[in-house]
Amino acid sequence: MLSMDRNIVVIGGGTAGMEAAGQLSKEGFKVTLVEKESDTGGHLRNWYHLFPDRRDSVEVMNYLKTRIVHDNITLMTGTTIESFEKRDDSFALKTTSGGELIADAVVVTTGFDLFRCEKKEEYGYGIYDNVITSADLEKMFRKGEVKRSDGVIPEKIGLVHCVGSRDEKSGNRYCSKLCCVTAVKQAIELKEMLPAAKVFCFYMDIRMGGALYEEMYREAQEGFGVNFIRGKVSEVSENIDNKLVAKVEDTLLGRPMKIELDMMILMAGMEMSAEGRRIALSSGLKTGENRFFSPADHHFGSNMGNVGGVFYAGTCTAPMNITDTISHARAVVSDVVDYLKTM
Amino acid sequence: MKEEGKRRIWSDYQKEIADDHFFYVRSCIRQSFFPGSETFFLNFMRNVLGKDVYENPSHTTCTGIGYHSDIVPLATIMTVVARHFALMKEAGYKNIAISCVTSFGIYTEILETWKHFPEELEKTREYLFKATGREFDIPENMAHTSDIIYKFRNEIAEKGKYRLINRLTGEPLNVVEHIGCHYAKMFPKSGVGGAEFPNVLAGMIDSWGGKVVDYPERRHCCGFGFRQYLVQANRGYSVSNTSKKFASMKPYKPDFILTNCPGCTMFMDKWQYTMKEMNGEVFGDNGESIPVLTYEELAGLVMGYNPWDLGIQYHMVQSEPLLRKLGIEYDPDDKFRTKDGRQMPVPENLINA
Repeated sequence: MLSMDRNIVVIGGGTAGMEAAGQLSKEGFKVTLVEKESDTGGHLRNWYHLFPDRRDSVEVMNYLKTRIVHDNITLMTGTTIESFEKRDDSFALKTTSGGELIADAVVVTTGFDLFRCEKKEEYGYGIYDNVITSADLEKMFRKGEVKRSDGVIPEKIGLVHCVGSRDEKSGNRYCSKLCCVTAVKQAIELKEMLPAAKVFCFYMDIRMGGALYEEMYREAQEGFGVNFIRGKVSEVSENIDNKLVAKVEDTLLGRPMKIELDMMILMAGMEMSAEGRRIALSSGLKTGENRFFSPADHHFGSNMGNVGGVFYAGTCTAPMNITDTISHARAVVSDVVDYLKTM
Repeated sequence: MKEEGKRRIWSDYQKEIADDHFFYVRSCIRQSFFPGSETFFLNFMRNVLGKDVYENPSHTTCTGIGYHSDIVPLATIMTVVARHFALMKEAGYKNIAISCVTSFGIYTEILETWKHFPEELEKTREYLFKATGREFDIPENMAHTSDIIYKFRNEIAEKGKYRLINRLTGEPLNVVEHIGCHYAKMFPKSGVGGAEFPNVLAGMIDSWGGKVVDYPERRHCCGFGFRQYLVQANRGYSVSNTSKKFASMKPYKPDFILTNCPGCTMFMDKWQYTMKEMNGEVFGDNGESIPVLTYEELAGLVMGYNPWDLGIQYHMVQSEPLLRKLGIEYDPDDKFRTKDGRQMPVPENLINA
């Protein structure tokens, strides 16, 4: 018989953490949701529209907020878990402020960090004013204006796929899965906002694996005239007119090209979060070659790790979109329940 | 452009540069093309800073040009470099100071090879011992001589007589800095400031009062590229690369170019003559060509050395317009005179003369 008087700590108050906490509380468990920032929501707070249906992220955020309004949930914002250890059948979690939480199970939902694009030095992010990231562009969309740093409306815009993904030089061999569709979505939004602008996507491969992604890709080409150029940007510089000059090889034409742009947007990949890395190191949780938490089994145990009673959900295990993150967060409840039945 | 972004990158690529006791290895070609550069370095280090810099006359070419031309095999060049390390060990030195960027790239590549393939290191030890009976140690510190001038750039600024300021306008001089590809592009960690936004020359320009020009083809090859030039049929590639680079820097009206590689200094200097002869193109302001200086020559000018003692008159593009901007006094009659007053032949077709 499963006692409902069990405490579960969920580490991380982003999409996965909020959904998992909501679902666990609905099942009757007492949940402590710990978030290091002053508010919940994670990366979703900074995003404008989501793919594939261009839903405003605020709608999803509002849904998730309602999920964590429950008597069984204690929300601790501004709190960071330093480490935890298993003591017999329970876990003792230390916070950086010296506090301690006791739990029967732990759900890790520490999410991802965006790749720090300044590490790709050849693109000049943080040096050239009009080289920005996909996250920076989302903020511009939210403000309702896309402008260069000098206030001028850009006429030629380049989007660079795979920045910090599938890139041995930056140490990330894996595909971040969402950058291609983000580029396509942002290219369409740019054309909607600035119809006269010429928009170029520089890609290695287009990976449109999600529902309705391929349709968006076609729509970008046929409906919006977005130019897709198969080739990796090798370097970016600035000319005397303060325009960006990108060098890229068009691998379909088999020719190098140099293109002048008003703005360049880097599709930042996803990496295991610093928070997740710290917890993995301090608490003996295994990580994979991609540095994300390593699941116990890729087919049957994607929410479980190497320590009994510790579960994972969302992008702390691999890059995934909001839809898959919410599904993964719901799935973790089933594994938690099974585990607690054995205790 | 955000300068703090560059400074952040530079902070990621701070290499350790020894302070004293250097085993100095010369370049094959620098003494011919820039005859005052290595002399300045030795004089400055020994007599101005009081450092111990040792040279061994048994030091030879590193065979880098042969290696990059597929004439010298890897095992051979590794053994040649090992011999230099053996000379250094025998002389009791642990810090190597390399004058040539091609050699610096060769040394760096070989040390990296030995690190990743220790069996190659053991083979090289065996080859060297069998051939010469010598043994060697890996240097504790390896620096290009531009690294060393960079390290002491503030001392040069303090002791300097001139700043990189245009006396006529009061504005900082616009300086193009060009790093040899083999300085840091193969191994960014081996260069001060890395490969994308290197600071080794930019740091000197900054310390001495000039303004660095960041132009679109800043990273582009000078045009030498070994096979682009060494294979005669490819020389069109060489000059077209140089032409592309100069066309890109032209709008910024550079007052001079500063380089740290023998090949780059030579090609960016001499191809300006070629491009002028081919189609009448010049790339400097006021219809002049752009002087190309080594970092030692520039340091010498800043320190107030006689320009002719630094050997800048042996470049194809003459530096008088730059000397006038800097306010440096010079005697044109001494330009091609030996120290004992004999007149040497005056080269023809010099540019900016």
